[in-house]
Amino acid sequence: MSFWPWYGLRGGQQTESWEASVPAGASPGRPVAAARQDADQFSMICPTQALRAQAGRVEVEMDHCVHCQRCRQGADPLPWQEDAAWSHWRDTHAQPFPARFRRSLHVLYVDAGACGACVNEIRLVDAPVYNLHRFGIFITATPRDADVLLVSGPITDAMHRAVVKAYAAMPEPKRVLGMGVCAINGGVFGKSFASHGGLEGVIPVDLWIPGCPPPPLAIIEGLRRLMGWTNGPAEREVR
Amino acid sequence: MSEATGLRHWLQSYPALSLSEVDGYCLRLVCTPEQLPGLARELVEHWQAEFATLLVEEHPDRALSFTVRYYFYAPRQHHLLELRIAVAPGTELPAISDAVHAADWHEREAWDLYGLRFTGHPFLGDFVLHDEDWPEGVDPMLHRFSARQRPAGEGSGEHWQPPQLLEEEGAIVFPVGPIWGDYNESGLWLLETPGEQIRYLHTRLFYKYRAVEKIAEGQAVDQAFLLSERFAGAAALAHSWAYCQAVERIAGCTAPRRAEQLRILFAELERARHHCANIAEICGSTALSVAKAMAQNLVEDWLRLSAQVAGHRYLFGLLCPGGLRQDLHAEQRNLWIAALARLRRDLLALREHLETSSSFLDRIEEMGTLTADFAKTFGVVGPIARASGRALDLRRHLPYGAYSEWEPEIPTEEQGDGYARLRIFFAETLISIGLMEEMLTQIADGPIRTECPIRAGHALAWVEAPSGATFHWLRLAEDGSVLRLRLGTPGFRNWHAFERAIQGAAFQDFPIILATWGLSVAENDR
Ligand code: SF4
Ligand code: SF4
Repeated sequence: MSFWPWYGLRGGQQTESWEASVPAGASPGRPVAAARQDADQFSMICPTQALRAQAGRVEVEMDHCVHCQRCRQGADPLPWQEDAAWSHWRDTHAQPFPARFRRSLHVLYVDAGACGACVNEIRLVDAPVYNLHRFGIFITATPRDADVLLVSGPITDAMHRAVVKAYAAMPEPKRVLGMGVCAINGGVFGKSFASHGGLEGVIPVDLWIPGCPPPPLAIIEGLRRLMGWTNGPAEREVR
Repeated sequence: MSEATGLRHWLQSYPALSLSEVDGYCLRLVCTPEQLPGLARELVEHWQAEFATLLVEEHPDRALSFTVRYYFYAPRQHHLLELRIAVAPGTELPAISDAVHAADWHEREAWDLYGLRFTGHPFLGDFVLHDEDWPEGVDPMLHRFSARQRPAGEGSGEHWQPPQLLEEEGAIVFPVGPIWGDYNESGLWLLETPGEQIRYLHTRLFYKYRAVEKIAEGQAVDQAFLLSERFAGAAALAHSWAYCQAVERIAGCTAPRRAEQLRILFAELERARHHCANIAEICGSTALSVAKAMAQNLVEDWLRLSAQVAGHRYLFGLLCPGGLRQDLHAEQRNLWIAALARLRRDLLALREHLETSSSFLDRIEEMGTLTADFAKTFGVVGPIARASGRALDLRRHLPYGAYSEWEPEIPTEEQGDGYARLRIFFAETLISIGLMEEMLTQIADGPIRTECPIRAGHALAWVEAPSGATFHWLRLAEDGSVLRLRLGTPGFRNWHAFERAIQGAAFQDFPIILATWGLSVAENDR
């Protein structure tokens, strides 16, 4: 005989504070721009052109970074920052939701060709430590109930139509969130006969969450930004 | 005569067969299309060989259209076999799938992507490329097809209808997908039912087809590495390891001892996390929310450990041909050892609670059963195979890396039901923890990487990924660009058999059965 309520209670409160610094290992972190003499040569090590040399500095374009870690390995790496507040608005985007959505936001997740990593991270947003329900955010299984369409993957040819239909079936007001580098520009799969190369040109996007994959904290931060919140987990110190 | 020499002897004395080459890891045979079905049948039925994968290569010169390689391995003899056949333009190959059912989907795939027809195959078409979308007669893996752009035109099947076998009055086809449920991968499952029981399931995958094998062509070794790592990111380390082994085999180099040990450590870390994620899904599918939360804690712990010892929660960016890109430091090692003790304790507690939860066991016992016969016929691999009584594991049967020294125990169960699979996931996680603990105290000192020269050539490499045997085949050009990458994945093998575990189940059991299989769609679709 198992006493699940007891096991649950015995564990105590496990949810981590939202504004504390990112717990060790909760985010892969990201490279940080830096001035360096070998900027031209150094930026060549990036396989996805996320590093750009400009006036003696290496700039990082997070929307292209696939976390291959190559700029972090070796004797003279880029500084690295462990944070998770990565989301940013698209150039043209809708406003955040009106304040009445701050207590209840429903999200439809669509896998449009994502690898298992993005899918696994989204499956953890309701894990005890993250508990996205505390923010009034819920995952729903139907577009009819959804306020937000959260899409990952490079938008495969066969999912293109499904994504367009799901968006059309959502009631107004609605927002679209592209999750992971694949949804932004196709990521390592790029644009090909089989992938659209991201959401741009498929449906109107409001917010991007870069990362490969963005960890649960980054996903929740993006969803909260859509609700009009701007505070997120604090970064851990730079190595 | 030992079994190994017995098999070789048999092949040597096979009439009109040329045993072209025997190298370090593979017996190579050239045969004719006429010899193929008989040979394949005997290999599987008499020698208990397992079908590994099918590889089609388009010939650069026009005299031949394709070279087709069928790979088998004989687990008891630790032998790998290659049957190679040249296909003349405009000709077909006899299907082997009636004798070797595991090859069924491989033949359908080759027809869809290369336009290579298999005589006698009952259903070619509407597989990787969906009929309603894809213009007929366009074969995307052929060299003349450019990967850049989608060909104009829609498919002929705009009015595509799900096939319906049941003709009883009131029978319906209930579609699940491609977008469905809360956090699911995309795919379409068509459940046919006269009321409550699922009579047939028709699985339609490849909504996530990213054409990874095609877009890899022409890429540099380091670039295509990223594809091998991320086409199925939940098993990134396993698949990128197989890729690296293929490059190393072509180059004729081996990774240093320390690197081989670290590869095992990271691979077992990935396996443990993968299995715990499956356990969380199983608990979630039965709405046992406390158990799901406990399992999610395990998954998150594994991921945080991974990020702390490897820099990435999914172990991206760790491997490279010739070894590893980064080393494991003493502090990280100690952290890892401490975490294992905690994770084992939590895992055992969860297992005990689940095993004494009769309402939970009722939902997974005798549920989604794959009988031993079907498991053999479909040639399923990995935990699914081991839960149906097949003690197969490449770490033992075709050892690679340092696994010949660090042989893991292979647990098996006989029932083949949801509960048997759950027990296998637990047992294998515990075995991986044990293996990691043992190894972490005995890592050799030394370099983590050797120079891996780029050479032209081709090689097959394999890894026991968390979900089972994966076989990758790679051909490189002189300049180090990829000419052909074949990803023969466990997902592709096991999804094929999934339909057999559903028939007769009640409607509401479908998500539970799906969770107990724990299959990756990304790994199937590629
Ligand atoms: S981690 Fe890799 S992809 Fe990201 S910026 Fe560095 S080199 Fe580029
Ligand atoms: S963004 Fe990265 S983790 Fe997400 S689906 Fe694409 S490859 Fe996978």
